[in-house]
Amino acid sequence: MIDVVLIYGLAFLLAWPLGHYMARVFRSERTWLDPILNSLERGLYWLIGINSTQGMTWFGYARALLFSNLLVGVVAYLVFIFQGSLPLNPNGIPGMSWDLALHTAASFITNTNQQHYSGQAQLSYLSQMVGITALQIVTPAAGLAALVAILRGLFGGRYASTATAGEPRDLGNYYVDVTKAITRVLIPMSLVLALLLTWQGVPSTFEGAKTATLVDPQGEVTEQTIPVGPVAAMVAIKQLGTNGGGWYGPNSAVPLENPTPLTNLFESVSIILIPIAIVFMVGYFTRRKRFGMLALGVMTVISVVLAVTVIAAENGSNPTFQGLAAAGPNWEGKETRFGPTPSALWATLTTQTSNGSVNAMHDSFTPVGGMVPMIGMLINETYGGIGVGFVNFLVFLFIAVFIAGLMVGRTPELFGRKLEAKEVKLAAIALLIQPLLILVPTAIALSFPDLTGNSNPGFHGISQVFYEYTSAFANNGSGFEGLGDNTIWWNVTTSANLILARFIPIFAPLAIAGFLAVKRVAPETAGTLRIETPIFAATLVSVIFILTLLNFLPVLVLGPIGEQLVAVPEITASVDQEWVQASRALFGRPQ
Amino acid sequence: MPSQSPQKKNVFAPDLVRVALGQSVVKLDPRNMVRNPVMFVVEIGTVITALFTVVNLMNGQAFAYELAITLLLLFTVLFANFAEGLAEARGKAQAASLRSARSDTKARRLEGDREVLVSSLDLNKGDRIIVSAGEFIPGDGEIVEGVATIDESAITGESAPVVREAGTDHSGVTGGTKVLSDQIIIEITSNPGESFLDRMISLVEGASRQKTPNEIALSILLSALTLIFLVVVATLLPIAGFVQTSVSITTLVALLICLIPTTIGGLLPAIGIAGMDRALRANVIAKSGKAVEVAGDIDTLLLDKTGTITIGNRQATGFTSVRGIPAEKLYEAAHLASLSDPTPEGKSIVQLALSQGSHFPQTIMDGATFVGFTAKTRMSGVDLSDGRSIRKGASNRMRTWVEEQGGKIPVDLEALVDDVARKGGTPLVVAEGNTVLGVVSLSDIVKTGIQQRFAQLRKMGLRTVMITGDNPLTAAAIAKEAGVDDYLAEATPEDKLRMIREEQDKGKLVAMMGDGTNDAPALAQADVGLAMNSGTQAAKEAGNMVDLDSDPTKLLEVVEIGKQLLITRGSLTTFSIANDVAKYFAIIPAIFAGTLPALSVLNVMRLASPTSAILSAVIFNAFIIPILIPLALRGVKYTPKSADAMLANNLLVYGLGGLIVPFIGIKAIDLLLTAFGWI
Repeated sequence: MIDVVLIYGLAFLLAWPLGHYMARVFRSERTWLDPILNSLERGLYWLIGINSTQGMTWFGYARALLFSNLLVGVVAYLVFIFQGSLPLNPNGIPGMSWDLALHTAASFITNTNQQHYSGQAQLSYLSQMVGITALQIVTPAAGLAALVAILRGLFGGRYASTATAGEPRDLGNYYVDVTKAITRVLIPMSLVLALLLTWQGVPSTFEGAKTATLVDPQGEVTEQTIPVGPVAAMVAIKQLGTNGGGWYGPNSAVPLENPTPLTNLFESVSIILIPIAIVFMVGYFTRRKRFGMLALGVMTVISVVLAVTVIAAENGSNPTFQGLAAAGPNWEGKETRFGPTPSALWATLTTQTSNGSVNAMHDSFTPVGGMVPMIGMLINETYGGIGVGFVNFLVFLFIAVFIAGLMVGRTPELFGRKLEAKEVKLAAIALLIQPLLILVPTAIALSFPDLTGNSNPGFHGISQVFYEYTSAFANNGSGFEGLGDNTIWWNVTTSANLILARFIPIFAPLAIAGFLAVKRVAPETAGTLRIETPIFAATLVSVIFILTLLNFLPVLVLGPIGEQLVAVPEITASVDQEWVQASRALFGRPQ
Repeated sequence: MPSQSPQKKNVFAPDLVRVALGQSVVKLDPRNMVRNPVMFVVEIGTVITALFTVVNLMNGQAFAYELAITLLLLFTVLFANFAEGLAEARGKAQAASLRSARSDTKARRLEGDREVLVSSLDLNKGDRIIVSAGEFIPGDGEIVEGVATIDESAITGESAPVVREAGTDHSGVTGGTKVLSDQIIIEITSNPGESFLDRMISLVEGASRQKTPNEIALSILLSALTLIFLVVVATLLPIAGFVQTSVSITTLVALLICLIPTTIGGLLPAIGIAGMDRALRANVIAKSGKAVEVAGDIDTLLLDKTGTITIGNRQATGFTSVRGIPAEKLYEAAHLASLSDPTPEGKSIVQLALSQGSHFPQTIMDGATFVGFTAKTRMSGVDLSDGRSIRKGASNRMRTWVEEQGGKIPVDLEALVDDVARKGGTPLVVAEGNTVLGVVSLSDIVKTGIQQRFAQLRKMGLRTVMITGDNPLTAAAIAKEAGVDDYLAEATPEDKLRMIREEQDKGKLVAMMGDGTNDAPALAQADVGLAMNSGTQAAKEAGNMVDLDSDPTKLLEVVEIGKQLLITRGSLTTFSIANDVAKYFAIIPAIFAGTLPALSVLNVMRLASPTSAILSAVIFNAFIIPILIPLALRGVKYTPKSADAMLANNLLVYGLGGLIVPFIGIKAIDLLLTAFGWI
């Protein structure tokens, strides 16, 4: 339990000043890195040909974000395809197939890092660095930039006081925001973490794989190839940047990525550090600390409820082991070095934040324990992916404000700006695509099991497929695995899912912010809905739970909930047989 | 509230119900239903389940379950249509009662110098008609010549006659009212079918009704929720198929209808129409639905002092003579100067003088000439036959008058005048010839209960500004006594306009009431401009609402109607969405228990059987609509309080209530179905 408190506590302790610092960075106030970075950034702007003083409207901002992402996506795709003939490939790894390259590129430009490949075996060092690590730095920066622009819009944009009525507002310069996020937040922090990890023994080298002679040879196997490389740097950014894609296939469960208790602590804290810091940043950046506190409170309540549930589930006994020597906490699929509690905590933090790195196999969790990561990804805003987590939160804020605002007898307004048909329509689209992009492909995949090749029958099979699409939609990247997922079906459907689920939830709120920015601002009075109150926070939590979980309740019932209920003998014994027969009579027997 | 024409206290008045019943069937027309996407989905669902009923029937299979679901879904649609039809019927009945007065009457139209007798229905904008004492006014218009007393009780329910006069701010007349005295020439201001009332009727009538902006926004959200649940239910079949569970399409449709927000979707049009209807019941004609909605958002109320904050007329409350003048002399002079003054102020001076023991020989008035108040002289009084000339008037005017005649202004006059003003009174100076006698103080009587009302408004976040022609000193005193937040003294129409613009520049929405032609720009500028029906045509055209009662306190009522409309929408939306939790608990175990027996433990309501569970949920979903009709039509109970308190209260009632009520309702229906042996 102490490790749980330590991880949350340390994250909050570091996130607070970090959030304050980030707010200063994006408000272009003086920070201590200015002397070094100002000139460096100016050089970068000159190099890519950007007028850093030029502001952008919401549309211009969205266009810049889309085009720059598309460009790096195409470059990454080409590198993956041709890596076999490109340099920095000491292990002679061949090029990827078109669909795997597509999925990998889509996965990494969307800050998802869903992997249908195994890193050490299928990627050259160049691919790891250019295709993976570079994108792992650029994409969280893009998410952060989008959030900053949206926040500016919610309060009227930059230079709001001098703008004329109806004039499209300046939401900032995308390239400048991204550059600052990289140079002033992500790189310095990754540098520190990479050094800490290297100190603890995570590999950090450009040399090829090591070969070791086994101390205890097993039959014909006498030596082992140990893949190494610039692992520490990548692990640092994968943890900090809500990326999740590790150097090795089994991710942070592998001792080379996560060798000691201390690295597990660092890596766990890193998962939530920047996402929580962003919530603090919002309070400082918008100069509405109480708004930041509202978000922090709502998110933390949900986060802790999920953490407590999964920790209890994994520490509880597997019902089928009752009376056996294996009774006790669920150890299956867990590193014995970490044990149930740190594994369970990691599992929920990594899915709450759209990170997706793992230090245990979620597929082997108890059914309820495995459901918690799914719920974390469905909610996807506690504290969410870098930037985008808070953007998702804003969508629910819009909806909650719209409903609660009516209940106080005014047409709903957020920060004094009215939410009208146009804004509601965009928020509704952001809501709608979630069930659409998760449930429809899940239904198709489950209708054609031969085509989609999932390994488990029954409830667990449903969980696996649902998890994969949920993970893709949440831009999370963790896997339930157990799926033969490197197929054209999986690569193509999840690629589409990844891209739509990344950009629509960014662009819709960005447009909303652009529309709200130009509206006239009503002063706040006693008659205005105050959002920074416990009662509104409770409303918001309810809206988040009802609007996400109600949609997925049937599939969760047919997946993890069904699996859990079947496993408990007391429940199966107490079944109302008459009811069951009647249900069968009504809907036909199971075939 | 004045006694109003047919007030249907009973929501389900039989005559209106009959109309609504007919409408609920007529509105099944898909071209109409498509305007309401949520209920359109229910209608399509009904058709689908009906098809399955027929197919089962023809194949000789059991079809009772399919038939039951089909009928229940049909009822869901009918109930929603009934709610809308009933709201329309109530609105139309209310409008009709206002219009009944203006049935086909004869009108004397002036054509050149001739009078032509025409039907009132043939009167067009710009026609001039002549109306004499005892005749009904055939149409809405403005007096262009003459002055008359008019009985407006048919419209306002107020029996006291009112004076309407050409060229003043009280020149507007309404069709159906009766001229009691004199003869007037009226210019008709609207073409047949285009009067404000006609416009209002079109706002409550289904086909031509425009959705208001907030209603559109809410419809979008509800449509999105409907689409979401459509995806959820449509994908359920293939997903369930993976664990060998088959679910009949009929049951899936039932599940879909239970999950989509039919409660708010079905009542949404009725809520909007009922809001207009409530305005009409308050004798306010709104020119657009948007105006009523905006009323809820008002931040600043510009209130006329007279009639809103103080009772209409000022009363004389005291006499103070200047040093050296006996009090009796002032009583007598004030009395004489006011004898022929017809204003309530004049009458109150006479009364006060009499009560102080003022007396004079009757003969003194022989041969006296009265000098009436004019805008130019700004004083009134009497010239007696003995040569004495007595005047009363505003202090600065009286000074000039006295000085013109070579009189001296007593040193203590200024202090007396200021003292009266500071206490919120209006000082009238009385003088005889070149001698100032003293001061009569006229006081505004602040309405009882108005302080509490303003305190409530402040709690709701509304800022009140008192508009008055009084001098700043008097205005400040009254403002303080009434508890308004601010005041605008010596206000001209331009001042009002400027104030509205200033408030709007701060992002505030402003409501005001006005009647004069020079109020028109301010009425047009205000977000809610409530014109008095007695006012000029220009004012009525400029505002977005017309108050038939010409009652200045109506502004407060209008704001409450707007707020109530929005609260009703929000609360029923919350209720509707919260209902889903219980419905899941009824339906999910019923559907899946066959395959997954353990799921029967989720049957927390202990419903009798899967069939009963599904039917109970669908029945609850259908019947909650008619049960909530009275709430939708009357509006959610509204007591002015802060937004925080209001949110807490409504969340408790409609949010928590929305979670709990369906559990109880579905269980009760299940018990009934079982008790009657229908399952």
